[in-house]
Amino acid sequence: MSAADQPLVIGGREFRSRLMVGTGKYRDNETMVRAIGASRAEVVTVAVRRVDLDRTKEEGVLFHLDPKEYFLLANTAGCYTAEDAIRYARLAREAGFNEFIKLEVIGDEETLLPDVAGLLEAARTLVAEGFKVMAYTNEDLVTALKLEDAGCAAIMPLASPIGSGLGLINPYTVRTIKRRVSQPVIVDAGVGTASDACITMEQGVDGILMNTAIAAAEDPVTMARAMGAAVEAGRLAYLAGRMPRREIAVPSSPTSGMLD
Amino acid sequence: MTDPITIVVNGEERRLSAELSLSDLLARLELDPQAVVVELNKEIVRRPALAETTVRDGDRIELVHFVGGG
Repeated sequence: MSAADQPLVIGGREFRSRLMVGTGKYRDNETMVRAIGASRAEVVTVAVRRVDLDRTKEEGVLFHLDPKEYFLLANTAGCYTAEDAIRYARLAREAGFNEFIKLEVIGDEETLLPDVAGLLEAARTLVAEGFKVMAYTNEDLVTALKLEDAGCAAIMPLASPIGSGLGLINPYTVRTIKRRVSQPVIVDAGVGTASDACITMEQGVDGILMNTAIAAAEDPVTMARAMGAAVEAGRLAYLAGRMPRREIAVPSSPTSGMLD
Repeated sequence: MTDPITIVVNGEERRLSAELSLSDLLARLELDPQAVVVELNKEIVRRPALAETTVRDGDRIELVHFVGGG
């Protein structure tokens, strides 16, 4: 990263990578571990679920990922009410790793779009309980401002719906949120390939969280590497400041000195 | 000794011969207390309290951990 860049700080903690990755949907644990390593991400997300008492399924994800090597960010995925999300967040904190929570309150099964009223309610409660809330939200400025006002440590607007791979649908709104919110903005969900990640970072946001784009790639380990490079390239391009767009060509070579 | 009890663990009904502590329940299920979080009737029971918390007839217990997610 360029010497001109500032480190990413969320809730008073400094993070070494602007790419955060999920641990779901991998075809096997070995691929997950290798892909996360290749992404060079520090923050990895995990979900809270029942232990399988019949042992027919695998052990918990921590059996494969060393909590000393990664920063575990628990989510409240699958929660459809503020009450459920708060319950899952408390359980996650009790696991004893940190006080950060990626707060999701889902409002619609088909699109997995957030229920912003439930999200705000849960955010207020969890902030009051000392959580550092990173709120998964839609790309709506007013909601982002309310989440910040509620004390969230990061605002996480979506690029497009979870698992869709549609990329950054609305760069303008994400840019507007970044301009107006003073807490870090981490785009969460919707990135499909490296160019999506790069374009997203070029909007000036502070980071990206992704899962499916890596896990569902034909070669997740190589895609993870591509995503790491894309996030860094997009960040550098943003910091460098792009040239103005023009509707006409401007020659790059001298117009003088041409032969008769 | 107490009478046999029926409890619900992770959504499944289980009959036990007598009341027991949450620590003993975890041991019986071969679970490492450091690797799970225990919720008893929707209230979290912190690890130091597991040994002194008694499981009673009708209790609903959730045992959770971290799994892969996005």
